[in-house]
Order: sequence, then structure tokens, then C-alpha cells
Amino acid sequence: MTPPTNTDLYTILPYILLTAWTCLLLLVDLFIPKGRKSITAALAALGIAGALGFSVTQIGIEHPGFSGMVALDGFSTFANILLLVSGLFGIALAYGYTKRMDIERGEYYTLLLFSLTGMMLMAQANDLIIVFLALELLSIPLYVLSAIARKLNSEESGVKYFLLGAFASGFVVYGTALIFGATGSTNLSVIFAQAASSSTSSLLLTIGAALMLVGFGFKVAAVPFHMWTPDVYQGAPTSVTAFMAAGAKIAGFVALFRVFTTAFPTISSDMTGILWALSALTMIVGNLVAISQTNIKRMLAYSAIAHAGYILMAFVPYGNNAVAPTAIAAGMFYLVAYAISNFGSWGVVIALEKAEGKGLELDDYAGLAKKYPALAIAMTIFMLSLIGFPPTLGMVGKFYLFRSAMAGGFTGLALIGVVTSLLSAYYYLRVVVNMYMKEGDPEVEREPWLGLTTAITAIATVVVSLVPQFLFLLASTAVLR
Amino acid sequence: MEFLLQPLTLLTFLPLVGVLVLLFVNAEQKTAIRWIAMVTSLITLAVSLWVFSMFDASNPDLQLEAKYPWIQVAGWNIYYYLAVDGLSILLVLLTAFLTPISILSTWKAVDERVKDFMIFFLLLEVGMTGVFLAQDLFLFYIFWEFTLVPMYFLIGIWGGPRRVYAAIKFFLYTMAGSILMLLAILFLGIKANTFNVPDLLVRLPDIYANGTIPAATQMLLFVAFTAAFAIKVPMWPLHSWLPDAHVEAPTAGSVILAGVLLKMGTYGFLRFNIPLFPDATIQAAPWIALLATIGIIYGAAVSYAQADVKKLVAYSSVSHLGFVMLGLFALNAEGVSGAILQMVNHGLSTGALFLLIGMIYEQTHTREIKVYGGLWKITPIFGTLMLIASLSSMGLPGLNGFVGEFTILLGAFGSKAIGNPWYAGLSALGVIMAAVYILYMFQKVFLGPAGEITHHHELKDLNWREILTVIPLVVFMFWIGLYPKPFFDILAPAVEKLLSALPL
Repeated sequence: MTPPTNTDLYTILPYILLTAWTCLLLLVDLFIPKGRKSITAALAALGIAGALGFSVTQIGIEHPGFSGMVALDGFSTFANILLLVSGLFGIALAYGYTKRMDIERGEYYTLLLFSLTGMMLMAQANDLIIVFLALELLSIPLYVLSAIARKLNSEESGVKYFLLGAFASGFVVYGTALIFGATGSTNLSVIFAQAASSSTSSLLLTIGAALMLVGFGFKVAAVPFHMWTPDVYQGAPTSVTAFMAAGAKIAGFVALFRVFTTAFPTISSDMTGILWALSALTMIVGNLVAISQTNIKRMLAYSAIAHAGYILMAFVPYGNNAVAPTAIAAGMFYLVAYAISNFGSWGVVIALEKAEGKGLELDDYAGLAKKYPALAIAMTIFMLSLIGFPPTLGMVGKFYLFRSAMAGGFTGLALIGVVTSLLSAYYYLRVVVNMYMKEGDPEVEREPWLGLTTAITAIATVVVSLVPQFLFLLASTAVLR
Repeated sequence: MEFLLQPLTLLTFLPLVGVLVLLFVNAEQKTAIRWIAMVTSLITLAVSLWVFSMFDASNPDLQLEAKYPWIQVAGWNIYYYLAVDGLSILLVLLTAFLTPISILSTWKAVDERVKDFMIFFLLLEVGMTGVFLAQDLFLFYIFWEFTLVPMYFLIGIWGGPRRVYAAIKFFLYTMAGSILMLLAILFLGIKANTFNVPDLLVRLPDIYANGTIPAATQMLLFVAFTAAFAIKVPMWPLHSWLPDAHVEAPTAGSVILAGVLLKMGTYGFLRFNIPLFPDATIQAAPWIALLATIGIIYGAAVSYAQADVKKLVAYSSVSHLGFVMLGLFALNAEGVSGAILQMVNHGLSTGALFLLIGMIYEQTHTREIKVYGGLWKITPIFGTLMLIASLSSMGLPGLNGFVGEFTILLGAFGSKAIGNPWYAGLSALGVIMAAVYILYMFQKVFLGPAGEITHHHELKDLNWREILTVIPLVVFMFWIGLYPKPFFDILAPAVEKLLSALPL
């Protein structure tokens, strides 16, 4: 075992920075008096901004680190930037909300940062052991965050997430064990090399890969591993939900993309069918069940499930060498579109939410357009983006996803995708109908950071859809292998 | 930034300037808001005339091109590409022409949330103009889908009692068609590696010839595009969203819906289906003609049965657009030119009918035919204008409707592609039926003994603003009816070019 070199450290520099900062913040927070926890929030955001700065300088640099345990490449940098920006949004949404809901604690922000470090490690993990480490590092703080309100539904949410999450982690570990048994390694590149040679038991490898898929499917909330999502999303404090919905999904997909395209292309013929079914089920169930929801948090939870299906759809042809780069780029592009619309729409939900879980029904949005036109326009943009309607980023993203699926020859799956998009239009439009076409008298909390987040995400959703070149370029550097 | 100064870019996005100005105006200053919208749409009209003055009618190709690479990364080959030719110029002018008229019609009719209304209306104009000008499938799709959003709000906020239902139905119905087109667009893009229509027209013959896209797939692509356009037209049996949308929409919405939005469907056939999928077009022509004929007869018959004037006019659109479809798929010069002219005619006559119905509805708040009667004596100006619009709609010689329908029938009779003169024969019945339902309506509303509304209301005749709203339409009805040659001259070279590419 050679000691880590400077290059090794450089490959995970943003991660190291953020981890060190978080540990420091944990201590500093002890000296920040209660009621002044905004300082903690500011310091947390500062740490993220710093890590983000370093991440940006790593654009275009590719390097393996720690004897191939982690990787720095276009993919990881893209994911890191996306995750760090998500972290900033997560803090912006939490800042006023936690005060208002009386759950402002310093550990909120440190937990969020720890979870973020786990997500970043996931983006760089090139070894199943690191994948597992990252998975736990990102999950455990999220379990705690879900329960941080210490109310019954919040605690229920935390416990449910923890139990099912632990169960899913078990699948990942077991899968890792089987894969190690089949190939004698946990390193993704070695697994690929071993699997390509004929001596490996492909059955063991396939079972191992399928078990890992279960674990990742849980994290990204793919049907049939989605059962926890609506309850956890609904019970957790909304600012946590917003961060979780974006961050955990991004991390789950990043892991799925990297592990499968690096280690398992040889068994893609077995995996494609499973991915196909997962994707189709997720799109259909997520969208169908969302239609009958009356609570906005549950509706957005099912919408989050459905979107996992769309991203999976692009990933189905991952074993096809000609399409795999497009599949990953499309998936990453869509994750950006999804994250932006996600934070925006959860921001609006937070603006309308009252204490004791009031203000979360779809009917509470009636009349919003008359009283708060800007907020209603923003929400309309997010809803259109989630449907995949122009002129929004969601539309460009879906275009990309469908193209990837069709280029891989999965026109049937793309057909399911567009038909379920049509279904989704029904429930997203219901929000718009309530805001614009019904009478009501909604009350809205005005918080500067919340307003800023909503404004930035709404403007980005429209503007980036019109000039998406740079995002396309960046996404297409996020190619693995 | 040079692309901003291109005439067609200006024409398309000029209404956005109005939208930007409106965003900063206090919502209470309704008159100012109306004037800003009006002036914006008039400037847009002026720009459209400027574009027309630069348009060379003898040139069959795309003109005034604004073509810039847009998304040229990651295997995408997408252009920002606007251009106009003989197939689209009249529709572009129609859009620019109907928008100020519609805005004028809302002067008194829309008094709530005027600012939002005008913003959506101007956004709608951007979308519609874009649809007629876009020459890249990706860009086209964006404009095409985008038109749904403002129209959805126009129906859903300012519509009648069942407006929410109608708005959602309109949105979902139209989206159902477009998503199939989206898949077909992506498929074409993957196979031909371009989304740009002129390039596709160059590459597709080889792609069809070498079997990369076999004939059966070409048919599927044709069907997918047809799904989007046929719903928009709407062709029988996909028309059921139309009466709801029309009846619930505010007057200005109905005018634009009938006048321009439906034409987006027929234009889609003309611009995309026919040239992109020539073999499938020829194969499908008899079937489309069959559906069109059913639509003509069905629309006319159902119109006759309506108790609501607006619904009657709405169903008559199904019938009239059946004629347009019949003409397009006759696939000969008479049929196609007649169809394009009939698109304009329908916009003029149905637009005028909806405007006039809206004006009387503002006073009486009912559109039931049976409560009217004897209106002519009280409101002679209204009656005269209504008579002209009705006669134009039913195709009386001397007015515009006749020229279009006659040319279409002429084309359909001699069409090799349809191959059966019976469709034209049956469709001619539709002309007679149109006379029946239109004259029936006119008689019940304007002639005979005074109905209960006519009795009890102090009905006023049209004022100057209202007359001014309709007069421009009437002028064109007579112009096209009496001297259609300049209009046909604009179309002819482009139509000839379109048809010469077909393997007929």
C-alpha cells in the first residue's frame, strides 16, 4: 500500500475540502449561540461555494486516484458541480423555512454537508467498497434530517427511510460480495476485465449486478423500490425533501451510471431487459398514482418517481457502445433539468406551507395567480418543465432522453415515455388550473433566499432551454470509459 | 446578434417586446395595456407587410432565410432556421392580420385581468408566426407546442362556464397528437442526422431508396405526423375537442383558434407530411380523402342540429377544414392552391362570424338560436355584416368561400391521387348543406317575428369600433371573391415545386 500522493489528493480535492470544512463547522457550531444559527448556514454555504470553485477548475481534467479506487473525470466533475449547486439551493430553501417551522438547529447544515460529501464521493467512486462507503455517508445524514422536526410524521419518515434504506444497503453489500466472488475484485475496471474473460461465472456476476440494481433503484426511487418515497417526502420537513429529492436521486443515478457502464457492459444483454421493465414500470406507476394525489408533497413525490423512470429509459441501451455516451450525457443533462425544476417547485411549496403541515393541499393553490403573479408564473414554468413542455429545460432534456432511447432501438419504451408524459400533463396542469382558474385567498411567506432560489431556478429553466449549448457540451464530456 | 435583425426574426419575436413592456405596466391601467398590445400587434402587422414586400412571388423556394447554427453539439444538428415561401406567406400575413383585429374585439369584452390576457395573446402570436416560419423540426416543435400554453390560459381564465374542462381537454388532446410527432421527429433526426427540413428533403430520397427507412416505417412516420396535425385541423373523428374549446373560449380566442390555430394543422400536412413522406402520402391520399369527405358531411349535418350559434359555427369548421384536407390530398395544383386559399378564407369568414357572434353575446349573454329572431329590423348593420360573413362561409359566388371550395372540388374531381370522383361529388353535397345550416341560422336569428331576447333587450346596433373590427375582413372577402388571381399567383410556383417532387 503506497501512501497517497499529491495527485491522489488532488483527484478528490473538492471532497476533502468539504469534508474538512464540515468537521470544522461541527465544532464551530458549538460556539454559535442558539438563534444565531444563520451563521452556521452562511458558513455551510461558504464551504460549498469553495468546493464548487475547486470543482470548476477540475473541468476537463481526467485522472484516476488512490490506485484506481476513485476517479476524476468529466463525469465526476459534472456530477460534483451539480451536487454542490444542489447543496447551495438546499441551504437557501432551508434557511427561512427552518426558522419559521422552529426546527432551526446547527446540525441541520452540518448533516446536509455530510450527506453532500457522500454524494460527491459517490460520483468519484470507482470501487464497490467506495460506492458502499459513499452510499452510507450520504444516506445516514439524510435519515437524521428526515426526522429532524421531531414531530410524529417527521419521525415516522426518518424511521421508515432508515429501515428501508438499511435494507437496500444490504442488497448493495450482498451484491458486492457476489461480484467479488465472481471476479475476485471490487474495482470496477478489474471487474470489467475479469468479466470479459471467459473463466468468470457470469451467473454470479449477473445476480450480483441485479442486487446492486435493487440498491440503486431504491435510492433513485424506481418502481418497485419506491414504496418509501411518498411517505418520506411527505413526512420530512419540506426543505429536507427538496434536497433529498434532488441530491439522493442524482447520487443514485451517478452510481448506477458509473458502476454499470464501467463494470457490467458484458452482461448488458441480461441487464437491458431488467432496466427496460424497471423504467417502464416506474414511468407508468409513478405517473398514474400521481394523478390521484391531492397533497402537493405526495404529488411531487410520485412525480419524482416518474422522473426516475425517464432517466432510466435513456440508460437502457447502456451496453450499446455507440449509444452509451449519449445515454449518460442525456441522463446527466436531464438530472440538471430535473434538479432545477425540482428545487424551484419545492421552493414554491415551501412558500405556501404553514405550520402543522397546513397549506400543502392542491386546493391551497387556488387563486395564487391573482395575489402573487410572480410566484404563479414560476410554478407554471416548473410544472411545464416537469411535463416536458417548451420553452423549458425539461423539454430539451426529455428530447435528449427520448433520442437516446430511440437511438438504442427502444422505440417502444420511448412510446411509453411520451404517453406517460401526456398523463403527467394532467396532474401538473391541475396545479396551474388551481393557481389561475380558481378563486382563493392563499397566504405566502416572503423570504429573500427562498424568493431568490425560485427566481433563479425559474429563469434558468427558461433561459438555459433557449441557449443550452454549454450544458450540452458539459454533459457530453460526462462520458465514462 | 445579427440574427435578431433578420426580417423574419423581427416578425416572429416583435410581440415579445410588447410582452416585456406590459410586464412593467400597472395592471390597473387597462386602457394603456390595451393600447400597448394593439400598437405592438399593429407594428407586427407592418413588419409582416414589409416582409411581404420583400417576398418574391415568382420564386418557388424558401426566402428571407434566417439560418444560424443553434445546438451543434453532442450529435445534435439543430438550426435556428426561419424562412418563408409561397406555401406559408399568406398564413403568416393572416396571423399578423387577425391578431390586431382580435385585440380590438376585446376592448370591451375583456375587462378582467386585461394585462394577463394581452400578454398571453401576444405570446400566442409569437408561437403561431413561429410555426409558419420554422424550417427546422426541433424549432418547429417548440413553437408548435408553445402555442398550446397561452391558448390554454386564454380558454381557461377568460372562457365560459365550462372553461377549465375545455382548456384541459384542448391541451391534452393536442398534446396527445404532438407526442407521437415528437417520436417521429426524433426518428427522422437519428436516421438523417438533421432536423432541418430542406436538408431532410435532400437526404430522404436516398434514405428511402437504400432501405434505411423502409416503406412501412415511412408510413408509420406519416401516421405519427398525421396524428399531430389531424387533431389540430381537426379531422373527423378527432374533432371532439373543438366544439368545447370554441364554445368556452372568449371571442378573441375563438377567432384566433379558428382563424390561425386550426390552419397550423393543415399547414403541417402541407409543409411536412407531403414533402417528407411522398410515398406514404400517395398511398394514404384516398384514405385522407375519405375522412375529409366524412368530415365535410358530418360537420355540416351536426352544425344544422346545433341550438347554439357559436357551436354551429364551430362544427362548420370541421366541415370547412374537411374541404381543405380534400384539396391538399388531391395532390394536384388546383386542389392544393384551392386548399391554401381556403385556409385563408376560413380564417376570414369564420373569424368574422365569431367576432359578430361575440358582439351580440356581449349585449345579451346568450347564444341560443331560438331566443333571437327579427334582429334585422333592430340592428341592420350587424345584420348586413353577418349576412356577408354567412354567405362567404357558405360559399356564395362573388365571395371568397366560393373561390376556395370551387377550386378544391375541381382539383378533387380530377385527382389521380384520390382516384375516385365520388369523394368530390359527395363533398359538393357539403356545399349545399352549408347553405342549409347557415341560412337556417340566419333566418331564425335575423328574420321572422321578434324572439324573446329581441323583445326584452334594448339591443344596440354595432358601434364604430365594432364595425371597424369586421370591415377589414369583409374587404378581403370581396377581394378574394372577385379577383383571386393575385392570391393564386403567390401560391402557384411553390405549389408546383411541392407537387413536382411527388412520384405521381
